[in-house]
Amino acid sequence: METVTITMKNVPALYLEADNISPDAFAGKTAAQIAELSVHEGNTTSTLGNYFEVIGNAGATAAETKIVVKGDVKKVKYLGFKMTAGELVIEGNADLYVGAWMTGGKILAKGNIEAFAATAMKGGELIVEGNAGNYLGAAYRGDWRGMSGGKILVKGNAGSDIGMFMTGGEIVVNGNVDVHAMTHAEGGRLVVKGNANSKVGGQMVDGEIIIFGTIDTMMPGFKPVDKVELEVDGVKAKFSHFIGDMGERHKKKKGQTIYANLYVKA
Amino acid sequence: MSEYIIKNGHVFDPVQGIKGDKKDISIKDGKIVDKVSSSAKVIDARDKTVMAGAVEIHAHIAGPKVNLGRIYRPEDKLFSCTPTHGMERMGGGASIPTTFKTGYEYAKMGYTTAMEAAMPPLFSRHVHEEIRDTPIIDEGAFPVFGNNWFVLEYLKNHEVENTAAYIAWLLRVTKGYAVKVVNPGGTEAWAWGLNCLSVNDPVPYFDITPAEIVRGLIEANEYLGLPHSMHIHPNNLGNPGCYETTLETMKLAEGFKARNTFGREQVLHLTHTQFHSYKGTNWADFESGAKEVTDYVNKNRNITIDTGNVTLDETTTMTADGPFEHHLTGLNHLKWANVDVELETAAGVVPYIYSPNISVCAIQWAIGLEIPLMMKDPMRCYITTDHPNAGPFTRYPRVFKWLMSTKARETQINAFKHKDKVLSQTSIGSIDREISLYELAQMTRAGPAKSLGLSAMCGGLKPGMDADVAVYNFNPDKPVANPDDIETAFSRCAAVFKSGVQVVQNGEIIGTGHKRTLWVNAKVNDNPQVMRDIAEKFVKYYSMTQNNYEALGKTFVPNPYALEVDATHA
Repeated sequence: METVTITMKNVPALYLEADNISPDAFAGKTAAQIAELSVHEGNTTSTLGNYFEVIGNAGATAAETKIVVKGDVKKVKYLGFKMTAGELVIEGNADLYVGAWMTGGKILAKGNIEAFAATAMKGGELIVEGNAGNYLGAAYRGDWRGMSGGKILVKGNAGSDIGMFMTGGEIVVNGNVDVHAMTHAEGGRLVVKGNANSKVGGQMVDGEIIIFGTIDTMMPGFKPVDKVELEVDGVKAKFSHFIGDMGERHKKKKGQTIYANLYVKA
Repeated sequence: MSEYIIKNGHVFDPVQGIKGDKKDISIKDGKIVDKVSSSAKVIDARDKTVMAGAVEIHAHIAGPKVNLGRIYRPEDKLFSCTPTHGMERMGGGASIPTTFKTGYEYAKMGYTTAMEAAMPPLFSRHVHEEIRDTPIIDEGAFPVFGNNWFVLEYLKNHEVENTAAYIAWLLRVTKGYAVKVVNPGGTEAWAWGLNCLSVNDPVPYFDITPAEIVRGLIEANEYLGLPHSMHIHPNNLGNPGCYETTLETMKLAEGFKARNTFGREQVLHLTHTQFHSYKGTNWADFESGAKEVTDYVNKNRNITIDTGNVTLDETTTMTADGPFEHHLTGLNHLKWANVDVELETAAGVVPYIYSPNISVCAIQWAIGLEIPLMMKDPMRCYITTDHPNAGPFTRYPRVFKWLMSTKARETQINAFKHKDKVLSQTSIGSIDREISLYELAQMTRAGPAKSLGLSAMCGGLKPGMDADVAVYNFNPDKPVANPDDIETAFSRCAAVFKSGVQVVQNGEIIGTGHKRTLWVNAKVNDNPQVMRDIAEKFVKYYSMTQNNYEALGKTFVPNPYALEVDATHA
């Protein structure tokens, strides 16, 4: 594994769209070639080297490439965009679309990240040590295909609308989440160690939500069925089990109607 | 205007019966001519294929429902944007491209004329604004009549003359081109939560059947002698067993003869035939009815069809068949938009993914290819994808590849997850016909131009016709090494001329030509009753006044080209 370290030297005045900062775009390139990759600031196309100091050459493939992003990148979007393999470490806070459309590899964000991270993620791993913004693991605007695979761990809190239209994979949030978690989801799993705000699982067709804390206001479309004991992340506890969203269409499997399952710690 | 001579190309022109001979094509003042002066600019077409500009007979490329698709599908634009490039403006959208991208993409494939297949009359201004903003290609729009209250009321009493007067008025105020019918009666029935699934299902309140609407509109169309025939999307689209409704609909045209001065021979054009050629009783025993449908069309010369080929893409379905779109969203659970257009029509929009891993989609793909391959007369069968319903028009080169190469079809069949089902439910595996370049020119140029009543103007390379010419990087003398070469060659032209102006060079846009809006101006005898009915309906029911209804002037139709029809009867 070769490591490329890029350090912000000229903070952009506007937001920087850096969809080339990924192991896939860097693979097989020298530091000088990486500095020539394009970035966009407003309507101006420029090079990565105008903003970042680039040290180290990339590996031959994405899988053999690790990128460390240093400095102030809180105005940089699309870090790890469409990455398929390799590693990306973001030392500070980052803007929108971290790991969007990623299908593999690993991203470690040591600070906070803004909205739309892991949009339509298909695989790989995203770990956020700070907080994540809204629409984490959700579908793109208008689309009905949210996160379908991979794993997201947020050690802080996450915003609203996370896991919207999720169809697979897992999101674990150690802190709290805001409104509209897993709206329209048709699969996948969300674990919230803290509390969830209202409207959890609205129009959810399939999938699973586990809340260790409380839900501010329960959706009326969720129906209590029983109490169960679950082991989640090595913790055994008793949960109230709800199914829903009763107002939505549901698939049938072997004559049984499939509902989304919502578990709230009893 | 400048002169051009396209030299040494292999010319395919059904209008003159030229089948690949090496010939020079001369262009002067926007027209094809016999000869040009020695100062004419020479275009070297050696080892290339030369055809007339292609004619699109049925696509949804302008208007409110297309735009609704653009608005409610941002994901369709997500990774399909093209930045400003050369003289091209930026564009976006895969299945529902922006107006500019629509014009550029058609031109790059050698298309120079296209028909918007369903114009809601109330929104004709919107349709014409989009046509105006679609560069290069000549366009016309078909207003929809099959669920229009005036038509339903007049035809209930079989008032053909009044229907004709109303059609003439509507074509004039909306700058429309032809009489389009979508799910006759069924879309109106949808306002009552019902549908018409056969030609004999009565329309609620109006107490008229689809059969009466279809026959009445054919009569009115021939009474007027319009350039195009009645253009129909019949009842019961897309359901297993629908081929019977299709046959019943076509039988309604029996006994009618084309009456016009434009060289048109058919009285009924059946559109996106693929969607109307399904046998079986449900999606499990779903099978092809292409043979039954094409057998009938082959025998009846007063009918033309277009194919509606499924291209196996993610796309956006949109139709004035409101009840069908509701049915479709129930099947695929994707987002649904629906609108009712007052006294006239309705429309729905639903995204759709034609997946090669789903047997129904693969069978639809096969039926779409069976139809042109089973048609004996290529002058009566035209290639469409019912853009964007069965696939984007940008996939035409791929459809050509499948039609022109059994090897390409075999490759696709082998790639299907349910290959055996495709082979058992259709006869695609046993058809070895390969469409020739001459037949392709019939199916995409001379044929549709004739059906539209434009055969004197476009679709051929005869001196006197508009100089719409496409030059392809395709050498007909050389065997095709790889079927994909067909797709590549037809995707980007070496050169395209539109009305004598070069608009494409080496696949790049180099000019925006002289874009026109084609419409039909039919003069009829004064009909005070119909004019009074129109005025009354505007006062009583329409949400706008009659004065705001007409699409006129430079804003909406800056460059009109009217086909004049004298339908006054002594």
